[in-house]
Amino acid sequence: MAPPSVVVLDYGSGNLRSAVRAVERAGADVTLTSDLDAAMDADGLLVPGVGAYAACMQGLRAIRGERVIARRLSGGRPVLGICVGMQILFERGIEHGVETDGCGEWPGVVERLQAPIVPHMGWNTVEVPEGSRLFAGVEDERFYFVHSYGVRDWKLVTNDRTPASHQPRVIWAEHGGDRFVAAVENGPLWATQFHPEKSGDAGAQLLKNWVTSLV
Amino acid sequence: MSLAVRVIPCLDVDAGRVVKGINFKELRDAGDPVELARTYDAEGADELTFLDISASHEGRATTLEMVSATAEQVFIPLTVGGGIRTVDDVDTMLRAGADKIAVNTAAIHRPELVAEIADRFGNQVLVLSVDARRAAGTDSGFEVTTHGGRKSAGLDAIAWAVQAAELGAGEILLNAMDADGTTSGFDLELIRAVRREVSIPVIASGGAGAVEHFPPAVEAGADAVLAATVFHFGTLRIGDVKQGLGDAGYPVR
Repeated sequence: MAPPSVVVLDYGSGNLRSAVRAVERAGADVTLTSDLDAAMDADGLLVPGVGAYAACMQGLRAIRGERVIARRLSGGRPVLGICVGMQILFERGIEHGVETDGCGEWPGVVERLQAPIVPHMGWNTVEVPEGSRLFAGVEDERFYFVHSYGVRDWKLVTNDRTPASHQPRVIWAEHGGDRFVAAVENGPLWATQFHPEKSGDAGAQLLKNWVTSLV
Repeated sequence: MSLAVRVIPCLDVDAGRVVKGINFKELRDAGDPVELARTYDAEGADELTFLDISASHEGRATTLEMVSATAEQVFIPLTVGGGIRTVDDVDTMLRAGADKIAVNTAAIHRPELVAEIADRFGNQVLVLSVDARRAAGTDSGFEVTTHGGRKSAGLDAIAWAVQAAELGAGEILLNAMDADGTTSGFDLELIRAVRREVSIPVIASGGAGAVEHFPPAVEAGADAVLAATVFHFGTLRIGDVKQGLGDAGYPVR
């Protein structure tokens, strides 16, 4: 059987080589492109992102990336956001007092972490709820974070009639007394605040879990 | 649980070859940065730092290829420092596969460089490397040096760290020039002095000679510890240092 195809969305954001290589290593056939047809057709779409929220959204909008994300999700097709690529999935980001609209796939605000030492930089543990597919086998591992902003309040409204396949699983992390979203699994939309592509063997397993879910 | 103390080996690289390569018997080529990076990764290094000491343009180009080759095979964060002078230099290094860039002399000459890099790529990519030594007559008692600690830069080390953090540095790599090469322990006073004034992560460097030197550096306020010689020569293995930190009650990966 052919390996699942993954597009790593290229919208001018930072070092993408590591993401491409790590997803290749996880068993996918990877293309780095800004082509929206390719991004629509792929079995999985990976949205990376480093740097400032506003700059990332500007780059994403310039290629109409927010539309391809929305269309894929309407069709129930998998999308994985990483780091700022997760943050831009939320309603908006506030950096240096400047508010920027995000993709709005999830309600909630990305704001500065309230910890004595920021950026939150390094290997941290995460609190994984029962039944996570993304963290299967790596629930107790540490992952590599590097960020100054995060989502400190999960606001998506769901209830017991929400289909089981779409019940959100929110994975939390803590730094310096502040708690924030470390990862989310929600139907076809999964995301991590940390960098699985830089998280050694644990990150490799996590990416493999996502790639395997695409088949 | 909380953030693990990072243990970071630093490799001096000249024209794509590791200088002072370690001599573990399992290594075929101690000068090959990719093989060394893989070895350190396997031993549990939390990040890797390459310091490019190439004098020539050709040497730097070769280093760039080495960064690419390493990033293809090693999936932990990679910092590259040495000779970074412009935003374009940073861009080139990031595109080659580096995750973070350490700047030193160029930022002393032109502090705006720190802001330029942070604005373009985010402050998480920027490590300000400070070579500090004791100096009477400075406000804090520490000054910034250049040329491997031989010349004074005429700056107060703590004030410089504070200024760089304000300009957008994401992390301070604090090299204690008085302790460097002594293998008698980190400069704890220096670490404390910087920790008191900045709220970005501090990587302590210089002076490590034994496992018991590491926990006091963390106690003094270091978020990460970096060493070169002790790891190069196999005096200490990464795992030993982590064991020592763990035994002292600090979280490690």
